[in-house]
Amino acid sequence: MPLALAMLGLMLVALSITSLMLGARPIALSAVRDAFLHYDPGMTDHIVVRQYRLPRTILCLLCGAAFGTAGALIQASTRNPLADPGILGVNAGAAFAVILAVGVFSFASITAYVWFALAGAAMAGLLVYTIGASAGGATPVRLLLSGVAISAVLGGIGSSVTLLDPQAFDSLRHWQVGTVAGRNLAVAATVAPFIMAGLLLALIAAPALNAAALGDDTARALGLNLSSLRITVILSVTLLAGAATAATGPISFIGLMMPYAARWIAGSDQRRIIPLTMLCSVNLLLAADIAGRLIIYPDELDAGIVVAFLGAPVLIMLARSARTKTL
Amino acid sequence: MKALIHRVPRHGRDAGRQVSFRIRTRTLAVCLALAALLLVLAFLSLTAGRFDTGMTDVFNALSGQATGKTRMIILEWRLPRMLLAMLLGAALGLGGAIFQSLTRNPLGSPDIIGFAAGSHTGALVVLLLFSGGYYATAFGALGGGIVTALLVYLLAGTTGQQGFRLIVVGIGTSAMLSAFNAWLIQKADLEMAMGAAFWAAGSLNGLGFEQLRPATALFCLLCLPVAALARPLRQMELGDDAALASGVTVRRTRGLLMLLGVALTALATATAGPISFIALCAPQIARRLVGASSVGLFTPALTGAVLLVLADAAAQHAFGRQLPVGIMTISVGGLYLLWLLIREGRR
Repeated sequence: MPLALAMLGLMLVALSITSLMLGARPIALSAVRDAFLHYDPGMTDHIVVRQYRLPRTILCLLCGAAFGTAGALIQASTRNPLADPGILGVNAGAAFAVILAVGVFSFASITAYVWFALAGAAMAGLLVYTIGASAGGATPVRLLLSGVAISAVLGGIGSSVTLLDPQAFDSLRHWQVGTVAGRNLAVAATVAPFIMAGLLLALIAAPALNAAALGDDTARALGLNLSSLRITVILSVTLLAGAATAATGPISFIGLMMPYAARWIAGSDQRRIIPLTMLCSVNLLLAADIAGRLIIYPDELDAGIVVAFLGAPVLIMLARSARTKTL
Repeated sequence: MKALIHRVPRHGRDAGRQVSFRIRTRTLAVCLALAALLLVLAFLSLTAGRFDTGMTDVFNALSGQATGKTRMIILEWRLPRMLLAMLLGAALGLGGAIFQSLTRNPLGSPDIIGFAAGSHTGALVVLLLFSGGYYATAFGALGGGIVTALLVYLLAGTTGQQGFRLIVVGIGTSAMLSAFNAWLIQKADLEMAMGAAFWAAGSLNGLGFEQLRPATALFCLLCLPVAALARPLRQMELGDDAALASGVTVRRTRGLLMLLGVALTALATATAGPISFIALCAPQIARRLVGASSVGLFTPALTGAVLLVLADAAAQHAFGRQLPVGIMTISVGGLYLLWLLIREGRR
């Protein structure tokens, strides 16, 4: 465990530095260092690092952790290994609300539409939860299907809004792929407080999630307040998925894959899984974003697409694996 | 009595006749009611539109007495569109019914297993990378959908637990393709991306006899083998063993039927773009109307036609602006799926 932590931490630092250096215009390490220590607004390299790559890297850190932790929370609280805010429609709820905000109410600034995103994520999250918590507990397939249904309904209404408004369509199609590129520091600063709060709530909920894993009755017998735990979890998922979606657009599958990696490293203790998931997810989004800049160089593939192409095969493998056969 | 129908293959002719008669009266009544409803809806959709036409205009136009603008609007604009809605609705309902009875799962419909996302990808590639026309796009959609469906089936494997694996593999594949689609749309220039997005919404706007004729021919062509395989399909609903025992070559029949189901769905997608959830809802609604777990293929096809005519009328007139019908079906159909899931959970 300490070894894994150290390695993941090192990886995070290395990837962050790489993320500042690589791209359509490769920049030497010394120039990156100078951009922070002796910033010269006349140097193109310095501008690229400070104005483009730094916000991008910070967004990877924030939103990677957010999407991953949201997935870990949903997996733990619904006792469902195939959960992810993207697949279950929570991101779609946030995305739908952003489309409404931009397309119908003409809010162009993220400081305004982040609130819409939070409300949308909360509604979709509650809906998923209602279905997941209905009598007898939901099977993974039922939860997944409800996610499909929620995404379908919201996507349908959303596209009717964008199809009638070419301007909104144009600005939203770049956001809808899920990307950390082309955002400034103000975007990161807007969503940072929400994501920090969400991460904190997730860490607070972790010990109680351990007890909840034993089943509702046992958890109650151990003195756990289940409804307050549920509220904490929903609040945290809303903050994380809503704010991250507002910043990057909907990115799926981080929350599906990384809790698996964390469980593989640390076993079944949520107090370890949740912080580990955060670290792993940040690394994944950073790596995906860097890979996206290199795969079709000098053009770029958005991080959301790279993650989807990694994550979907993982989902399919999980469905085929022996352990989930009985689900 | 009802339980008997499901468990025992009907060898004794008398018992079979008695039971099937009881079902047949209700099925017949439902079919007649649906057909009547379809006629009324069809007639109403011929009268409604921006250009004001009354009942008498429609009667005159249909009997060949109307002239000029009225005749053109009713016979050349509204009639082919309404007929296409009927035809494609029937194709989707039929395709859905085949899938649902093969997978023995209400959710084993082409919408869930990634067909729609695949045909979207195919069409986008043709539209955006090769700037293809209507027919090229239709072929792209066909190819994309069929390749995706095959891929999903192969990945899901055929051994046991079909429902679960098929659905999850389908969801994964759809998610991957949707990400790719979003990227293609983002890379294209605005006008072409808009056009592609309109296609992807699924719409009957601007379609006429030119599209109706080949679609009808293809539909009739596909219906022949479906009719021939309807009996083996019913026997396979009783379980593979029972079907084998009564002389059905299960593997081959299943493969053929799946191909036909995909082709029927692809016909609708190629003609009008992806129109979601009719394939999922029509057999479910038909089953509830008829009140039996096995409804055959005719009732779902009829239900599909009614649903699509209704949805297209709503998409044209309910919001003051013309919306693509696919948006209507995906929103309402998604809600229906949610309701099904919640209800299933309560039980």
